[in-house]
Amino acid sequence: MTSGQKKTLIRIIISLVTLVIAAIIPVDGYLRLAVFLVPYFVIGYDILWKAVRNILHGQVFDENFLMAIATVGAFVLGDYLEGSAVMIFYQIGELFQSVAVGKSRKSISSLMDIRPDYANLEKDGEIVESDPEEVSIGDIIVVKPGEKIPLDGVIIEGNTSVDTSALTGESVPRSLTEGDDVISGCINLSGVVRVRVTKEFGESTVAKILDLVENSSSKKAKAENFITKFARYYTPCVVIGAALLAVIPSLITGNWGEWVNRALIFLVISCPCALVISVPLSFFGGIGGASRCGILIKGGNYLETLARTEIVVFDKTGTLTKGVFNVTAIHPEIISEEKLIELAAYAEAYSTHPISRSIRDAFNAEIDKSRISEVKELSGRGVSAVIDGKQVYAGNDKLMDDIGVSWHPCHHTGTTVHVATDNTYAGHIVISDEVKPDSAEAVTALKNTGVKKTVMLTGDAKSVGESTAKQLGLDEVYMELLPDGKVEMVEKLLEEKSDKGRLVFVGDGINDAPVLSRADIGIAMGAVGSDAAIEAADVVLMDDKPSKIALAIDISRRTLSIVHQNIVFALAVKLAVLVLGALGLANMWAAVFADVGVSVIAIINAMRALKTGK
Amino acid sequence: MKKIYKLEDLDCANCAAKMEAAISKIDGVESAAVSFMTQKLTIEADESRLDEIMKKAAKICKKIEPDCKIIVK
Repeated sequence: MTSGQKKTLIRIIISLVTLVIAAIIPVDGYLRLAVFLVPYFVIGYDILWKAVRNILHGQVFDENFLMAIATVGAFVLGDYLEGSAVMIFYQIGELFQSVAVGKSRKSISSLMDIRPDYANLEKDGEIVESDPEEVSIGDIIVVKPGEKIPLDGVIIEGNTSVDTSALTGESVPRSLTEGDDVISGCINLSGVVRVRVTKEFGESTVAKILDLVENSSSKKAKAENFITKFARYYTPCVVIGAALLAVIPSLITGNWGEWVNRALIFLVISCPCALVISVPLSFFGGIGGASRCGILIKGGNYLETLARTEIVVFDKTGTLTKGVFNVTAIHPEIISEEKLIELAAYAEAYSTHPISRSIRDAFNAEIDKSRISEVKELSGRGVSAVIDGKQVYAGNDKLMDDIGVSWHPCHHTGTTVHVATDNTYAGHIVISDEVKPDSAEAVTALKNTGVKKTVMLTGDAKSVGESTAKQLGLDEVYMELLPDGKVEMVEKLLEEKSDKGRLVFVGDGINDAPVLSRADIGIAMGAVGSDAAIEAADVVLMDDKPSKIALAIDISRRTLSIVHQNIVFALAVKLAVLVLGALGLANMWAAVFADVGVSVIAIINAMRALKTGK
Repeated sequence: MKKIYKLEDLDCANCAAKMEAAISKIDGVESAAVSFMTQKLTIEADESRLDEIMKKAAKICKKIEPDCKIIVK
C-alpha cells in the first residue's frame, strides 16, 4: 500500500469507530447531527473539497460532486447514519479499487521487467558501470552471470547460456559462444562474456520491445472506445434521470422526502468507473500476458481482430519450414553415396548458391581445391568442372538433357541435383527445406480454435508445395507465386471470408511487408533481431514457432470474453439498482455496491486476462 | 510527430477518459490517448505548435483533475 492508501485506511477506521459511537450516544436534534458530522467529515472532507473545487472549474458531472450531493442530501433528509456510512463505504470501495489497480500495474510492469539498468563498459582496460544509453556501437561490454544483457551485440570472448524467456517465453536456455549474436533483454546464466555492441540502446531489441508494449495502450480497441463514449453519455443521463425522479413524482404525490431519497440513489450509481477502469485493464492484461509468452500485440484493436480470425494464411519458407536447405536424400547409381556427395561438393565448391552450400555441408570435409579445375557456372542449369581429371556435371534436368545423359526423376520432393561423370549418370541428390517440428501441431491447434481455413502461399514448385501442405494438413495451397502474386492471393481470400471473420497473414517478415499490411492482421515471426518485421507487423512472435499463433488467438478470445463479461455484469447491476431504486426497492447501500463494489469485482475479473495459461 | 508524456497522480479512470476527449479537440492535435493503466499521455500533433498545445493540455488536466500533472521532460 502506498502512503496515501494507508492514510485513507486510517481515516476509514477512525470514521467507522466514531460512526458507531455516534449511533450509540443517546442525543437528539442538532447535537445528534453534530456527532454524525464527525465521521462524515473525517472520511469525506477530501471528496467535499474536490467537489467544490471541480464545480468551480465547471465539472458538473464529477463523481466527487455527485457523491457529495448524494450524502449531503441524505443529511438534509435526516438520514445521518446513512449519509455518513455511504461515504465511508464509498471510500472503502475506492481504496480497494486503487489497491487493485496498483497491484495490476505492478504485476504487468514486472512482466516487462526486461529493461537493463546498467552496462559494464570496458574503458581503457577498466570496467565502468554505465548507463546503457551512453554505450555506443563498437564498444566492448562485459556481461556477468545473472546480469541482463543490456545491448544487442556479438560475443567476442567466452561461452555462456542465456535465458530468453522474458523475450520469447521459451524456458530452455540457449547456449552461445564466440561469434554468436546476443540479444538485449536476455539474462546471462552461466559464464562471463565480452560482447562487442552492434546497436545503440534505442535501436536494440529490448528498447524496441518496451516501446512497442508501452505504446500498445494508445491503440484502443473498439470496446474501449465504446466505453469511453458510453461514459460520456451515461453520467449526464443518470443525473438528469435523478433530477426528474426528484421533481416530477414529488409534485404529483407531494412526498418530497421519499422521491429525493430515491434520486440520491441514482447519483451514487452515476459514475461509470467499473467500465472505464476494467475494460482497458483487461486489454492491458491480455497484451501483457501475451508478451510474457513471446507474443507482442501492438494494440487492443489487434487483440480484438485476432479474436475473430477465420482464415490463416501462411508463407511457407521460414514460417512453416525452417528456411534452411538440407540434403534429404542421396541416390547414387553406380558409385557409393560418399563418392556421389563428394563429387557434387567438389563440383559446387566455388558456388555461393544456398543449394551448393547445403551440399558442401552434407559432405562435411575439407575440399582440396587443387583437385578441381575448369569450373564453369551454367546459368539456370548447374555447374561443370574437371575433378581428378574427370569431367563432372552437377545440375538440374535441363543440364542432363543438354549433355545427353539419361536421367530419372526422384520420388522425393525437393530440389533434385543430378550428377554425371564422363557422360554417365552417377545419381542424384535431393535438397529440401525442413518443416518446423511444431508446424503440424500449429495447424491442428488453429483448427481446434475454430479457424475455418488454413492456406499456404509459396514461391516454390508445385510438387514441393503440395507435399508440404499435405504433410501439415493445410486446407489450401497456392504455389509458384511471385511476391505480388501473394498480395493478389490474399486479396482474393479477403473477399471469400465472411463479413465478421478476419484474415491473418503469417510471414517471417522478410520480403512480405506488403502482404503483412494488406491482411487484416499481419503476424511476423522470428522477430528477435529483425527490425523490419517489428515495424511491418501488427503482431510479432519473438521466436519462430508457428504454434504460438493459436495461443495468440486463444489469449485474445479470452481477453475479449472477460471484457464482455465485465461490460454485461457492470451494466446489468447498475441498471437493476437504478430500476429498483426508482421503484423504492433499493437503498443507498445497494447503490454503493453498484458503484464501487462492481468496480472492484470487475477489476479482479480483468486481472484474469493476465494469466495466460502458462 | 508523436510524443509521450507521463502523467503524475492520475487517480481516476473516468477523468482520464475526459482528458483524452478534451485534449483530442485542441486545435493542431491529430490524435491523443490517455492511458489510465500506464499513466501516460500519447499525443500526435503539429511539432511547431507543440509548446502551445501542451500548455492547453496542461490547463485541461488541471481543470479535470487538479492534482494531476503532465510531466514535460
